[in-house]
Amino acid sequence: MNAATFAVQLLNGVQYGLVLFLVASGLSLVFGILGVINLAHGAFYMLGAYLAYWLSAYTGNFLVALIGGTAIAFVIGLVLEEVFVKRMIGRDHLAQVLLSFGFILVIDESRQILFGKDVHSVPPPDWLKGSIQLTELLSYPIYRLALCVFCLIVAAIIFFVIQKTRLGMIIRAGAENRDMTRALGISFDRLNRYVFAGGIALAALGGILVAPVSTVFPGMGDGMLILSFVVVVLGGIGSVAGAAIGALLIGLTDTFGKVFFPQVSSILIYVLMAGILLWRPNGLLGKQGH
Amino acid sequence: MAKLPGATHVSSRFYRIALVASLLVSLVLPFVVPVYYVQFLSKAMLMGILALALNLVVGYGGLVSLCHAAFFGLAGYVLALTSPASGGASIFITLPLAMIVVAAVAAVIGALSLRTRGIYFIMATLAFGEMLFYLFHDTKIGGGSDGIYIYYEPEAVIAGFRLVDLGNKTHFYFVSLGALFLTLLFLKGLVGSPFGHALAAARDNERRALSLGFPVFGLRLAAFVISAVIAAVAGYLSAAQFGFVAPQMLGWHLSATVLVMVVLGGLSSLVGPLVGAIALMGLEEVLKSLFDNWKLVKGLIIIALVFLLPGGLQQLGALVMPERGEAPDTTGEAVEEKAHG
Repeated sequence: MNAATFAVQLLNGVQYGLVLFLVASGLSLVFGILGVINLAHGAFYMLGAYLAYWLSAYTGNFLVALIGGTAIAFVIGLVLEEVFVKRMIGRDHLAQVLLSFGFILVIDESRQILFGKDVHSVPPPDWLKGSIQLTELLSYPIYRLALCVFCLIVAAIIFFVIQKTRLGMIIRAGAENRDMTRALGISFDRLNRYVFAGGIALAALGGILVAPVSTVFPGMGDGMLILSFVVVVLGGIGSVAGAAIGALLIGLTDTFGKVFFPQVSSILIYVLMAGILLWRPNGLLGKQGH
Repeated sequence: MAKLPGATHVSSRFYRIALVASLLVSLVLPFVVPVYYVQFLSKAMLMGILALALNLVVGYGGLVSLCHAAFFGLAGYVLALTSPASGGASIFITLPLAMIVVAAVAAVIGALSLRTRGIYFIMATLAFGEMLFYLFHDTKIGGGSDGIYIYYEPEAVIAGFRLVDLGNKTHFYFVSLGALFLTLLFLKGLVGSPFGHALAAARDNERRALSLGFPVFGLRLAAFVISAVIAAVAGYLSAAQFGFVAPQMLGWHLSATVLVMVVLGGLSSLVGPLVGAIALMGLEEVLKSLFDNWKLVKGLIIIALVFLLPGGLQQLGALVMPERGEAPDTTGEAVEEKAHG
């Protein structure tokens, strides 16, 4: 493997990890703030990709798909929180698992009714088509680079909100100790709704962004859900920084695993997870000793 | 608060009559219904065994596992991979082998996952279960994503004498019924034993159980492995019934569906999950015949179940015939009031 190939694989791994971070940080925040486990997170990722396909086929504009798809997911999140998830807070995990499994079935069948079960591809926007020539034989698609930059911008916004704003302070305090934060007079009702809707929107955004670089297919949410769970187990619940570390670890492990150990690549990330569980059961940046 | 094992809303006399009646019905049923339903009932009983196995961990252990389908499917793959190309494998060799393989895998997954709590445990079991799914889905082992056929059902032959013919639908029905009966007897003994009580104690108050000296980790790991081995029996028989295994058998959607069965039947009773399994599978049959998009309806029903019947069908029974049930809550209060007043 020469330097150029290595660089391409490194970029692929980082790009994969960045998308994974967007999706997993949404999941982690919903766990951390609401204390609710949402198995339907992957279904919203899949829904985002189908929305991207539908909106860009309908309008011919990927930007419309990007903004419109994320907005639709956000609104769905607001409604679901108001009608269902609100009543789940404080109930046992089993009820939350069943509710979100019910969501998955409903979302999957709705997708079937609205968009069918065909595999689709989504063209990237015209101004991001083409590739950059790295060497004589190697080139890298511009869209993938733009995707990295966009994900980094979103990640920077997430970090800014979490670390520097009052809202972020409440989110961090809530993830640290919900009861104590409530005792200090912070109301969680509105925060819960926006965090849940924001989490769902991040999942859908991930699906929209990868639509032009991978195919859009019905089962795409399941794989993403499992990977997001592994990221959260690695990073620790409610920790956005943990999600970032976990996502990059998984992205690089998976990409380089496929290059160096193609036979066992699908098992590698679970070996990584098993190792982390042995070392730090509550994740790299999670609260220890519980 | 979860109720103690064995406690039900229904009085024990009614319970016994129902048990004997359902046993009699189950013995007669295969001779009076069409073959399709004999097969369906066998399948429902195997799902019932899987749900009973899961409830040992979920109901009595208080641990929500999302990897039991992986144990179920793994046992099926053990049968498929050990079946010779010509003739059937011996059930007396391959079934114990499947149980041993699953026990070993469950011990590793359990030991790792039980280092975590609550949501982490759910996520860890889900991830490890999917690891097994991808092992069979992405590699060439057992036909990859297409699955693999088992051309000859396993043989139950001792010293040249064929005990049962697993290819015969009625014989298979009674084998499933026997396995179900043994599972119920075993679990009844287990949850009534000191082990079962200690497991429930750890569920209700882990710190107290620890401070009383119970080896909570060991108890939970043992329950997890035992439950996985019972799931393996169900998976082995399921693979033998259909002569086909595919990665979907290990997928977490099946694990979640079995959780729905457990909750539908009620966590707090021994036979609840079995009732839940039969009820959900019957419901699915009806929905499939009525709707094209039946999964949408199934999803809505599951959502409704979470909000309207968190205690499962038992709760419905208690609503319909409150005078028959012992209504433990109100009488308990009344007794308490008398004692205090």
